[in-house]
Amino acid sequence: MTNEKQKTNKRSLFSRLIEGLFDQNPILVQLLGTCPTLATSTSAKNGIGMGLSATAVLILSNLLISLLRKFIPKQVRIAAYIVIISGFVTAIELLIKAFLPSLDASLGLFIPLIVVNCIILARAEAYASKNPPLDSMLDGLFMGLGFTFALGVLGAVRELIGNGTIWEIDVSAGVYPGISFFTQPAGAFVTLGVIIAVVNAVKAFISKRKEGNR
Amino acid sequence: MSLAAMFSLLISSILINNYIFSRFLGICPFLGLSEKTSTAVGMGCAVTFVMTVSTAVTWCVYHYVLVPFELEYLKTIAFILVIASLVQLLEMFLRKSVPSLYSALGIYLPLITTNCAILGSALLCIQNGYNFVTSIIFSFGSALGFTMAIVIFSFVREKVALAETPKSFKGTPIALVTAGLIAMAFAGFSGIKLPF
Repeated sequence: MTNEKQKTNKRSLFSRLIEGLFDQNPILVQLLGTCPTLATSTSAKNGIGMGLSATAVLILSNLLISLLRKFIPKQVRIAAYIVIISGFVTAIELLIKAFLPSLDASLGLFIPLIVVNCIILARAEAYASKNPPLDSMLDGLFMGLGFTFALGVLGAVRELIGNGTIWEIDVSAGVYPGISFFTQPAGAFVTLGVIIAVVNAVKAFISKRKEGNR
Repeated sequence: MSLAAMFSLLISSILINNYIFSRFLGICPFLGLSEKTSTAVGMGCAVTFVMTVSTAVTWCVYHYVLVPFELEYLKTIAFILVIASLVQLLEMFLRKSVPSLYSALGIYLPLITTNCAILGSALLCIQNGYNFVTSIIFSFGSALGFTMAIVIFSFVREKVALAETPKSFKGTPIALVTAGLIAMAFAGFSGIKLPF
């Protein structure tokens, strides 16, 4: 009995991870948090740095909001969530300033702006305010990983086409000059648009095949 | 600061450092509310109004409350609270005394609290060390730039909605590509060298 229960738990964990990474990906499917996505994805390193900072805030704020969900009055819940989130963001901002000054220099304004990242408020409102603490933490982890994944992919594509490097290592052996368009703001819009279109096409292909199998 | 320098700050915040196309602030309302020109204009006006007022208030809060008590590291929390309560106050004030403006901006006001352009503008003014007057000019110019961007984008989007696009590009992807093309045009402004 317990074994069976554990099994279903494990499977649902895996399916929830897939949901966070692909089916319900905060950036590619839900289109939340586009500002930090476009601004910080100039390279894979910056993108993943931003993604992990937001993930840390998401896990901690989901945990605290879920613990306090029975004490926060309904009328002032949004204000309470914003205060909790901005408290964690300030803590993360100070930690990054102290231990990762180079990341702080490249992300700049967008670390304090995690406060108004819609992903975090959306998960607080849609999930953490209704579910127990451990579940909410896992939800934060999976959604955060989905955010990090999308940022990493976008950053890697822009870095590879724009500079011919991956993770700041030159892979083109100096032959490829790089198209600076892709590291500029305009390139960010176009690359994200194309990536979302590719995701849509893959999804349509998969659902077509599923129907064909039936 | 001389008048000419103020003017060049205004121009650079509208065109060269446009919030949408070069700083990436306020993309969510930019994508979400640009399908119709009328909503784009409404959102632009609301942002212009709130951004100018909130930057003035957060500047005062920072310099007269946080700095004397050496609480500068609390600025993110303080600013978001100030902005949220300010939006609420503005909404009540407008409903009571300027009902015509309230009915025009009404539905957009609450959305603005979580608009990162507002908080971003407040933080940028502190980061760049602007004084009170330049902060107001900077935030007003940036908000005008935002309004211009969202209105131009809505014109293009109304046309794109009628055009034939590949199936997987329908909706957001084509909107993002369109925004990229407008951003390319705006990148041309970065070549302008202002005398001050």
